[in-house]
Amino acid sequence: MKYIDEYRDPAKVRGLLAEIGDAVTRPWTLMEICGGQTHAFLHHGLDDMLPGGIELVHGPGCPVCVTPLEQIDRALAIAKRPEVIFTSYGDMLRVPGSSVDLFNIRAKGGDVRVVYSPLESLKIAQANPDKQVVFFAIGFETTAPPNAMAVLQAQKQDIKNFSVLVSHVCVPPAMQAILGSKHNRVQAFLAAGHVCAVMGYHEYPPIAEKYKVPIVVTGFEPVDLLRGVLGAVKQLEAGRAEVENAYERAVTFDGNLPAQKVVNTVFQPVDRKWRGIGTIPLSGWGLRPEFAGFDAEARFSVGEIVTQESALCIAGEILQGMKKPPQCSAYGRECTPSTPLGAPMVSAEGACSAYYRYHREA
Amino acid sequence: MNNEFDFEGYTCPVPIKPTDTIVLGHGSGGKLSHDLVNRLFLPELGKAAPRALDDSAIVTINGQRLALTTDSHVVSPLFFPGGDIGRLAVCGTVNDLAMVGAKPAALTCGFVIEEGLSFEILQRVVQSMREAAGEAGVFIAAGDTKVVQKGGADQLFINTAGVGYVEPNVNITGANAQEGDAIILSGTLGDHGIAVMSAREGLSFETDLQSDVAPLNHLIAAMMSAGEIHVLRDPTRGGLATTLNEIASQSNLTIELQETALPVKPQVRAACEMLGFDPLYVANEGKLIAFVKPDDAENILLAMRREKYGEGAVIVGRVIKTNSPQVRLRTAIGGTRLIDMLPGEMLPRIC
Repeated sequence: MKYIDEYRDPAKVRGLLAEIGDAVTRPWTLMEICGGQTHAFLHHGLDDMLPGGIELVHGPGCPVCVTPLEQIDRALAIAKRPEVIFTSYGDMLRVPGSSVDLFNIRAKGGDVRVVYSPLESLKIAQANPDKQVVFFAIGFETTAPPNAMAVLQAQKQDIKNFSVLVSHVCVPPAMQAILGSKHNRVQAFLAAGHVCAVMGYHEYPPIAEKYKVPIVVTGFEPVDLLRGVLGAVKQLEAGRAEVENAYERAVTFDGNLPAQKVVNTVFQPVDRKWRGIGTIPLSGWGLRPEFAGFDAEARFSVGEIVTQESALCIAGEILQGMKKPPQCSAYGRECTPSTPLGAPMVSAEGACSAYYRYHREA
Repeated sequence: MNNEFDFEGYTCPVPIKPTDTIVLGHGSGGKLSHDLVNRLFLPELGKAAPRALDDSAIVTINGQRLALTTDSHVVSPLFFPGGDIGRLAVCGTVNDLAMVGAKPAALTCGFVIEEGLSFEILQRVVQSMREAAGEAGVFIAAGDTKVVQKGGADQLFINTAGVGYVEPNVNITGANAQEGDAIILSGTLGDHGIAVMSAREGLSFETDLQSDVAPLNHLIAAMMSAGEIHVLRDPTRGGLATTLNEIASQSNLTIELQETALPVKPQVRAACEMLGFDPLYVANEGKLIAFVKPDDAENILLAMRREKYGEGAVIVGRVIKTNSPQVRLRTAIGGTRLIDMLPGEMLPRIC
């Protein structure tokens, strides 16, 4: 398949592995930001093929994993209501709230539907004028443009029975939170290619400079991932800390300007709580006051729901790259993809689920 | 931002107890389905069913070995590219019988119909069943009809049960995989699942892809006369990944697959890439996986390729012995990863 096969070419992969092997003279710790990259490394068995000195730690770039428990409890409270059709991206359905998940709500009669795009939710709203249709707007900079577009369209077409439960988060503040922590082990970042396709990488030079850390914009196929690793290793070995782009076919410095414009029209930066990490100032997006009418949190008065998480698994340490999933005592025992204790075991992009699925006994 | 960020502690949610409610994932054919069977159905109902985990049971009545199976069919939409619920209902049961090496003989069918279904639709479904039964060479011996109130069912559900003969020397079961066995797949993966999905409301992508739904008993008869077969299975719901995990655990052996050998149509690959699915987990309705004696593999392959539903047959892996049973994949770029069962419902990814 064009645009895929050439980036999974075994000969190119071997060549890049050899180049990385030649470049490495001592151990380095790299973090791939995005859960999609974590999965790609493990899906292709690439992590085991890297030279021994290179350690990958898995970053917080999994939207399902970092959406806080109380936001999921709010979603569940809305989805339970008889007048509501609750729509969501698929892998949110299995994330446990305090007591149940969206699957259970659906099994007990709640109208919960998986959509591929928030624009489908809009269509559902138009087709069901006597129902309240809510879309669970979670995710990073990647899902923000379509979600913002749905709100804009709803306003334009005056669709009053549509609202969004917003829990958007942004990558650069999380990178800074990790780098600023006294526990930080990350020496270089593979930046999330899809996020950069939307946002560009103009946000990164100040971070690279302040924390003296190389940042390489990296894609998702084996050749892309290895080019990211190679770029990071070469910089580390040379003592450089720059921003470079190893995903040129999708990413430009400025990013997708029309998409950013839609996002900025509808959303504004807000403080966000990250599951397992805590509240990071100005680390997410919320609706601007002029779109407050589409805020499901206000419409269904669920903003008051506040949930305390109890300390049972080590998701926080995993999301910050301080520990690997097998270092958790519950991993693979009490905690599996069918009985997840924490979000990283639920989502297709979660580090624990990636280890469990591809790597259990390796 | 401060140089020293204050993390609020490393927390995760309280675990949720095993569900007290049946959810869709219990019917996905994956891990939740297995839990349900192992925790409830087998202890309560399956004490006398030693082969309950195979596609058909084998019972001996008056010295005659009979294979027996049942399968209920629910599919939305009722008609999809390449097939319909009627063809599916006949082929599903014919294939379950054939997968234990039986010659399918007769089926029964039970219809659960939602009031309001048009007669014309039902007629088309029934005609399709007749055609599929004719192709498979089985007859439909008995039937039953129930009509439920509007909303009591989704248009039409069909249950079929079937019976077939098993020759005395045949021993084909998921527990019979042997070290060194060659693993043959009869054709491309994921055609049925993606064809049905493409026809589903709300998922409007266009494809010329057809479901592979087909009766495989003639193919299996040809294979059985060509060499020694240890295991046969049709990778339906849960896909090849789930089926191979079942076999690995039943036989207590490890299965190693070669990613480069797995046939996947470009349309299926593209749809899976786009939707965030893995073809290894997508349903098939006209494919089989066979574990065969390595010396006979070539012969069996040749016999398969002469059959309509086995033209694309290839060897995709082998059986090896390790400390604990698992399914492994040698990836195209030379790495290795584990292949697990489908945990619950197959869920599309966010981004």
